[in-house]
Amino acid sequence: MPTTINVTVNGTTRTDTVDERLLLVQYLREVHSLTGTHIGCDTSSCGACTVHLDGKSVKSCTVFAVQADGSEVTTVEGLASNGTVHPVQAAFKEKHGLQCGFCTPGMIMTSVELLERNPDPSEEEIRSGIRGNLCRCTGYHNIVQAVKFAAMESK
Amino acid sequence: MTTAKLGEAVRRIEDDRLITGRGKYVDDVKLAGMLHLALVRSPHAHATIKNIDVSAAAAVPGVETVFTGADLQEQMGSLPAGWVLEDMVAPDHPPIAFEKVRVVGDAVAAVVADSAAAAADAAQLVDVTYDVLPAVVDAEKATQSGAPQLHEDAKNNVAFNWDVHGGDYSEAAKSAEVVVKQRIINQRLIPNPMETRGVVADYDIGSDHLTVYSSTQIPHLMRLLFSLVTGHPEHKLRVIAPDVGGGFGCKLYLYAEEIIAGIIAKNLGRPIKWTEGRQENYVATTHGRDHIADVEICGNKDGTITGLKAHIYANLGAYLSTFAPGIPTVLFGLMLSGQYKIPNISCDVTGVFTNTTPVDAYRGAGRPEATYLVERMVDRFAQEIGRDPVVVRRKNFLAPFKNGKEVATGVNYDSGNYRGVLNKALEIFDVKEFRDQQRAARREGKLLGVGFSTYIEICGMAPSAVAAALGAGAGLWESSTVRVHPTGKVTVLTGTSPHGQGHETSFAQIVSSTLGVPMEDVDVLHGDTDRQQFGTGTFGSRSLAVGGQALMMSLRKVMDKATKIAAHELDADPKMVQFADGVFRLEDIPEKELPFGDVALAAHSAVNLPPRMEPGLEETSFFDPENFTWPFGAHICVVEIDEATGETKVAKYVAVDDIGNVINPMIVDGMVHGGIAQGIGQALQEGAVYDDDGQLLTGSMLDYAVPTAEDVPSFITDRTVTPTKVNELGAKGAGEAGTIASSPAVINAVVDALKHLGVNHIDMPLRSESVWRTIQDAKEAQRAKRSAARKGS
Repeated sequence: MPTTINVTVNGTTRTDTVDERLLLVQYLREVHSLTGTHIGCDTSSCGACTVHLDGKSVKSCTVFAVQADGSEVTTVEGLASNGTVHPVQAAFKEKHGLQCGFCTPGMIMTSVELLERNPDPSEEEIRSGIRGNLCRCTGYHNIVQAVKFAAMESK
Repeated sequence: MTTAKLGEAVRRIEDDRLITGRGKYVDDVKLAGMLHLALVRSPHAHATIKNIDVSAAAAVPGVETVFTGADLQEQMGSLPAGWVLEDMVAPDHPPIAFEKVRVVGDAVAAVVADSAAAAADAAQLVDVTYDVLPAVVDAEKATQSGAPQLHEDAKNNVAFNWDVHGGDYSEAAKSAEVVVKQRIINQRLIPNPMETRGVVADYDIGSDHLTVYSSTQIPHLMRLLFSLVTGHPEHKLRVIAPDVGGGFGCKLYLYAEEIIAGIIAKNLGRPIKWTEGRQENYVATTHGRDHIADVEICGNKDGTITGLKAHIYANLGAYLSTFAPGIPTVLFGLMLSGQYKIPNISCDVTGVFTNTTPVDAYRGAGRPEATYLVERMVDRFAQEIGRDPVVVRRKNFLAPFKNGKEVATGVNYDSGNYRGVLNKALEIFDVKEFRDQQRAARREGKLLGVGFSTYIEICGMAPSAVAAALGAGAGLWESSTVRVHPTGKVTVLTGTSPHGQGHETSFAQIVSSTLGVPMEDVDVLHGDTDRQQFGTGTFGSRSLAVGGQALMMSLRKVMDKATKIAAHELDADPKMVQFADGVFRLEDIPEKELPFGDVALAAHSAVNLPPRMEPGLEETSFFDPENFTWPFGAHICVVEIDEATGETKVAKYVAVDDIGNVINPMIVDGMVHGGIAQGIGQALQEGAVYDDDGQLLTGSMLDYAVPTAEDVPSFITDRTVTPTKVNELGAKGAGEAGTIASSPAVINAVVDALKHLGVNHIDMPLRSESVWRTIQDAKEAQRAKRSAARKGS
């Protein structure tokens, strides 16, 4: 059944009428044309669809759009401010924390929230923090370096 | 405004769009009037189709139409095997099955609707009646009498028998002091690029132009094959590979869905989108490896290896995928000499059809299987004669060479220094110190092990005539165009087609360093058959070694013409003109200078060109290499095993690779890291498992263990540099090295940790249970031996 929802996406509030079964990730990609959030699996395993829902990382393939009613959503497109990329985005480029780039938006969103919770994580804590996001290209080595670098730069 | 140098860790141009969510992958393509395609797939591994009732599906609101295989059969043709071996059986492979299904996931009907959701809903309502047949999933069992037969023309399910022989293994074994035999399983893997496959097909009736967006590694080859199979004229077919989210070999083929979407777009005159689900990907996209190998190695007690023999059952799955016949044969059997002088090599490969997803290239493609077999057997041999595996390796290494070396499999390595690369690895990793730690740890009940893998690979695909003689159905050369614009900005067109390898950066580095133009003035375009001249794509660590050389050739031509124009402008002999830092100067009158951009403008204004020179500044080149390239390296792995549970972790990993000259070390290190992680994944946790009925038990990401950040350590990487002479960059290729080397390094380390218990082999993947059982069995065997010895005395 179509349901009307109000969602603030990257700072802009919109009212949309959506199917109840529409997933948040589909809502972002199809209704908002924010295609930076990717779909990599169908079992909530890969984390490519990670966005922030009211400041917390969620896998947007496991949230219905109607569950986001009244919430604030931030996607990778909304991370930059005043034309400057977020320090975590900059760190992924500086430390070569991406190759094909498909897992990258989700990986960055998870890393941003990880550093908000724990501004100075150990390697073990970084690895534990991003274990819900799969990457097949980097072997995680440079992703870990990027998160460390972002933490250091933010000090 | 910075120019780049070769060998510099330039940060990637691609990243600015990818870190901000502005990349464009196939699923991001949205066209006006676009319809969505969902495929109905067989739930059975082997069955005849009795009836298909589409009425309920067609009645779902939003559904445009439903096609069965019979509806489209005439228009679609059969998916081809692009690698043809002698006496090979290549059965028909209809994109939509219409008589028989041979694997879970075979498409049987196609539903087109105005939304992906409606298409998926309706697909569930297509009612297919099957007559289920017995299935076979194991390649060895499939060849035995009484096994279910997949294809009428493939007797005993054998697609081909292939062999390579050098020297005389039987004689070598007869005169050897030691012969070691081992059955080795190289398990089936699911490639798992993070982006699944996807297609958008768009047909323009007026011009008969068909555009196919596809997440592919080979846009031009795909166009050629698509055209051959469907009859749609090649010059009116455009294939676009936009940003591609990883490939690892599994996007290297013409797939059924590309044809289905393309043909339906032609039939309906509206754009068609198909996006593969992950669980769909696990059955519909090719798998890798899956060898059953019976291996013998022979030699003498002083450590000399005199022969190697292998018989392989290579599981090909239900049909021959595009490159499938070449992977377990040419890219495997010819590699069995490794870094060693092994005078007698004998290899027989039986390629077998089974009711499983087709198997084709997966990162390394044949070379990881060969390296695993060789490196495992060298260790097995060393253990048998009670010698250090490093000592045995050194004793059998080919001596350093710069100008080619032929080995018993008949191939000719370009250049190598195998002692050098191992020595470098051993400078980084102190084996003696480790052995002390290992002994101390064992006293505390902790098991540590070290494993070595000294590998060679075949890259730079490929000298076309050689590849054709080995079965390749297309030339494997590469192309480039360098287009200098009037303002001095440069567009590069390359036939390679990256999907994470960073060509936009490394190719721009080559241009920037050669023409002296800033990196930001260079744009590297790839993956669009309407833009780039024919090219072969990106696979087999070929892009720099072949495509990079094609680029160098165009740059040389551009520089040659630009120098003549500069000389003409400066009123001097071209021989007197020098070029440095983007500026042409005269040797004797240094104040007379002309920046590269001014020459570009002069070439286009065409007011004052040398006599008979054509205007413009654009050059195209095609490069067909004379040989493959042969990167090599030495990897060392340390594992820790919890004796109580069998849990095995990689504690330390050192990779020293020799890939010749390096353009961007940051990109190379990144590819090595990712490769190592995939190899560790195979060694410790990954594996596709089928039940006897052909159901894929590891059918989702919940069941198939792609490594997470917690499953792998950080890596130590280093290099030695032995340039190749096959191309003027001296670059050999880096994309697959890590995967090729790492699985045997891990397994050799585990066997090293357990060898005091008498363990000499253990099959991948080393899930805790299998390690624990191996330990228990070994201890039981030791107890039984001691007990027998006591009774005997």
